[in-house]
Amino acid sequence: MTVVNALDIGLAALVLALAAWTVAAREAFAAAVGYVAYGLLLSLVWVRLFAVDVALTEAAIGSGVTGVLLIRAAARLRGATPALDEPLAPPLRFLAGVLCAMVAGALAATVLLMPDPAPTLAPQAVGNLPSTGLGNAVTAVLISYRAFDTMLEKVVLVLAVVGVWSLAPDACWGGSPGAPRPARPEAALAFLAQVLPPLGIVVGIHIFWVGADEPGGAFQGGAILAAMWMITMMAGLTEAPPVSSTRLRLVLVSGPAVFLAIGLAGVVIAGGFLAYPSGSAKPLILFIEAFMTLTIAATLPMLVAGPPEQPPQP
Amino acid sequence: MNTASLAGITGALLVGLGLFGLVTNPRPLRKLLAFNLLGSGVFLLFGVLARRGAAAGIAADPVPQAMVITGIVVAFSATALAVALLLRLFEETGRSTLRADPPSKAAGDGSGA
Repeated sequence: MTVVNALDIGLAALVLALAAWTVAAREAFAAAVGYVAYGLLLSLVWVRLFAVDVALTEAAIGSGVTGVLLIRAAARLRGATPALDEPLAPPLRFLAGVLCAMVAGALAATVLLMPDPAPTLAPQAVGNLPSTGLGNAVTAVLISYRAFDTMLEKVVLVLAVVGVWSLAPDACWGGSPGAPRPARPEAALAFLAQVLPPLGIVVGIHIFWVGADEPGGAFQGGAILAAMWMITMMAGLTEAPPVSSTRLRLVLVSGPAVFLAIGLAGVVIAGGFLAYPSGSAKPLILFIEAFMTLTIAATLPMLVAGPPEQPPQP
Repeated sequence: MNTASLAGITGALLVGLGLFGLVTNPRPLRKLLAFNLLGSGVFLLFGVLARRGAAAGIAADPVPQAMVITGIVVAFSATALAVALLLRLFEETGRSTLRADPPSKAAGDGSGA
């Protein structure tokens, strides 16, 4: 018990030290690299809280995909003139520090004062599992009990892509997302991009598939598939499809569209929006999740690549 | 102190650190990084509530867990949109600052850049 406790304290100290580094590092690039390490360690904290589904999501999206996004942005902003950004005057910094310490202290006190054990919906979530045919209560919450949240969140992803693409310069509209690829990819990256995807695609589909009963699901599996596509694009082995491509757009909206269609069908068949007819809940849920995985696998790389920066190829 | 309370204190300190970075660092990308720290601290507080809500044979309440999973994805979407805005600003002006006007001492090199 004490060994586990010491490990927990060490993990918390490491997480906080990396977070402090992310805030204090001079270079934005170094801070972004620190953020990736921070996210991976934070996912270990999530494992210690017995929230393996969240740990997978944090590692894949919170640390991995967000990390790629921030590191690339930091690398591109290296040329920006930093002279205009003066830090706050020391007295103000001190004041801000006091304020933030007070916020953190109040939150910590609240956490310690809150009832333990906390009020919980776990019995209801587990009690209704048989009607969904699922074994993983988190997946049941995501796709069945609180399906509305998850559907709207898919819409948010699509809206974010629309927002990012709308930042394209006029001349570049219709081109492939992101900056032009280098003519000669780096050998090590190209090698990795050839070796990793066969494994990664299998792992991604596996994590999506077992999500019904074990930790995993559409978010986590989709993020791994997205990573495989990103690495082949970064290595220059594949070109991103142009933003005017109808196929790409269909894939991007397929997740929320299928979710919405089945939800509306539920009004007629099962007597409620996003209700599933009893007996066929699990196949329907897996059907929705399959399209959600596809949408996530396509959306995340598009968000990381950014708006098109090259005119469309004739 | 149990694991959940320790994680709760970690989360609270992460919120404080993130808020400090957000308020004090003038550069937009660093503000974004700090805001993500703040967000992950808030998510961790949800995780503490989930762990304390262990019941019915599962080790953590699934409802806060599902909300955090949704939250992580939405936070990523917002970060991606903010990064795209920031990079576009940099492309247009050669600067990555939130200041509307360059300060007077840098007026000579800042106006046309």
